[in-house]
Amino acid sequence: MTVFVIRRFMQSIAVLAVTAVIVFIGIYAIGDPAEMLIAPDASPAERAQVIASLGLDKPLWEQFFTFVWNALHGDLGRSFVFNRPSISLIFERLPATLELTLVGLFIALVIGIPLGLLSGLKPNSATDEVIMTGSIFGFSLPSFWQGMMLIMIFSVWLGWLPSTGRGQMGEFLGIHSSLFTLDGLTHLILPAINLSLFKLSLVIRLTRTGVRETMPLDFVKFARAKGLSERRIVFVHVFKNILIPLITVIGLELGSMLAFAVVTETIFAWPGIGKLLIDSIMRLDRPVVVAYLLVIVSLFIFINFVVDVLYSLVDPRVRLGEAS
Amino acid sequence: MSAAALFRGDMLVGRLLTGISRSPKAVVAAVVCVILLFAAVVGPYLTPQNPYDLAVLDILDSKLPPGSESMDGLVYWLGTDGQGRDMFSAMIYGLRTSLGVGVFSGLVALVIGTLLGLIAAHFGGRIDALIMRVVDLMLGFPTILVALMLLALLGQGLWKVIFALILVQWATFARAVRSAALVEKNKDYVEAAVTLGIGTPRILIGHILPNCLPPLIVIGMLQVANAISAEATLSFLGIGLPITEPSLGLLIANGYQLLMSGEYWISVYPGVLLLLLVFSINIVGDRLREVLNPRLGER
Repeated sequence: MTVFVIRRFMQSIAVLAVTAVIVFIGIYAIGDPAEMLIAPDASPAERAQVIASLGLDKPLWEQFFTFVWNALHGDLGRSFVFNRPSISLIFERLPATLELTLVGLFIALVIGIPLGLLSGLKPNSATDEVIMTGSIFGFSLPSFWQGMMLIMIFSVWLGWLPSTGRGQMGEFLGIHSSLFTLDGLTHLILPAINLSLFKLSLVIRLTRTGVRETMPLDFVKFARAKGLSERRIVFVHVFKNILIPLITVIGLELGSMLAFAVVTETIFAWPGIGKLLIDSIMRLDRPVVVAYLLVIVSLFIFINFVVDVLYSLVDPRVRLGEAS
Repeated sequence: MSAAALFRGDMLVGRLLTGISRSPKAVVAAVVCVILLFAAVVGPYLTPQNPYDLAVLDILDSKLPPGSESMDGLVYWLGTDGQGRDMFSAMIYGLRTSLGVGVFSGLVALVIGTLLGLIAAHFGGRIDALIMRVVDLMLGFPTILVALMLLALLGQGLWKVIFALILVQWATFARAVRSAALVEKNKDYVEAAVTLGIGTPRILIGHILPNCLPPLIVIGMLQVANAISAEATLSFLGIGLPITEPSLGLLIANGYQLLMSGEYWISVYPGVLLLLLVFSINIVGDRLREVLNPRLGER
């Protein structure tokens, strides 16, 4: 187990290093780093000072180590627009994005698992056909357009829900979140639905496949022979077995939802890191763009690492398979 | 290609068509796909105006609701946008761009992925390990994140978007081809071809590849749908195609600000077209997957 965790950890570090190199090449090889990291309106003296402090007059490999060294100390440059360290801008907005992502994931699971069960237990029935076609529809819906339609219907036409911003935040156990006030909740509903719809289809499909693969297995027949009720078989025995692949994929999809939050946050003006990224790209605030990329990739690699370790705990075949 | 291979190709097409014809849903979707493809190809002959010829646009006609008539008797069935452009014409032009970018990047990714997959399967060992490591790395990150990263660093542009889409797609093809080719590689007909002294490239392309086609076709369809969706999303965010290459995503983005003031048609209709396109490609792809995957059985 320890060996597996260590090996998996080394892999994560390797991936992180590769990404750092790619981002570094992106800034230094494609564009002129001085151009990218120094504000356009800087005076020649300021320019020279920044060039010296970033070490842009040194050889490339030395610059790379300066870049990595600074990054490890949390110094990813200062935002041109806010004139503050870009990393702190990111961490200020990260909670809003995490809140949105987790609520979106929750919605996808609460609706997706029952639909998947329904579909998988009666394969090829009319219900199954409707749910499966619906799920194809779900992942065909362009996320950004679907969000606009939500705004059009629920904010413009019906006027039920607000379309922009995060609303009022409440505090509970020291955590600030929109979840704790009514106003915040109404602001959260539309963006969370928008973000969850895409993953909903995936959860439905995974659950359905899991059910269909598990139902013909011997232990289900045995449970039936033992006289267990169909309900107990499905909800206790089968459910446990489909949960394993589901948990892994959901863990991995969490990262993809964090990335997809860029779209949702742009449409609903949700003040998270995704909106910050798009705003920064538009304002040519490159240090923030670079910081976003490094933070989101690190987060993503961290999630993958945790999921793999958890999975190997649940299903020992994974780490045994890798060792051989 | 030999006669035998052609025969096999015929059988594959036949199987696909029969498979589609047995599902009414797939038939409808396939018909929609063909119509949209046709509309995209003959686009300029189909539209009442060239929406990007400034001479024919009349700013007085801007933001007209669907069904309005212009001064010279042209009916705007789907309304006009902020510049007085006929929405229907703009959408057909947008469809051309969206489909073009999606299909082109999908095909290039397919060729690159197939070649690398065949090479990995054939040579094995270090080469295989290297290629598959890169594939795992690519597939480990969500498509949209990689595309965002690239375009954030590169800036927007038609070829940059195509490059980003190819980069995020080739790995899927490579993995599918490799696993299919690994199975085929050990079959008797390959051994026979080797004994006959046929060269490696010809065995790979002429003998093994045709047998890897079924999964490739399915993945190809789903990837094109994904690529169209991804391009629209990136263009909507303002980091995809530039304003000079108006795809469906850009049309929707243009209507975004007007949505609040009730001019819904400017973003709703292009969105419906985009949805119709992606949805029907996905339905056909899903059906083909059922037909070609013997494990699921005939439904």
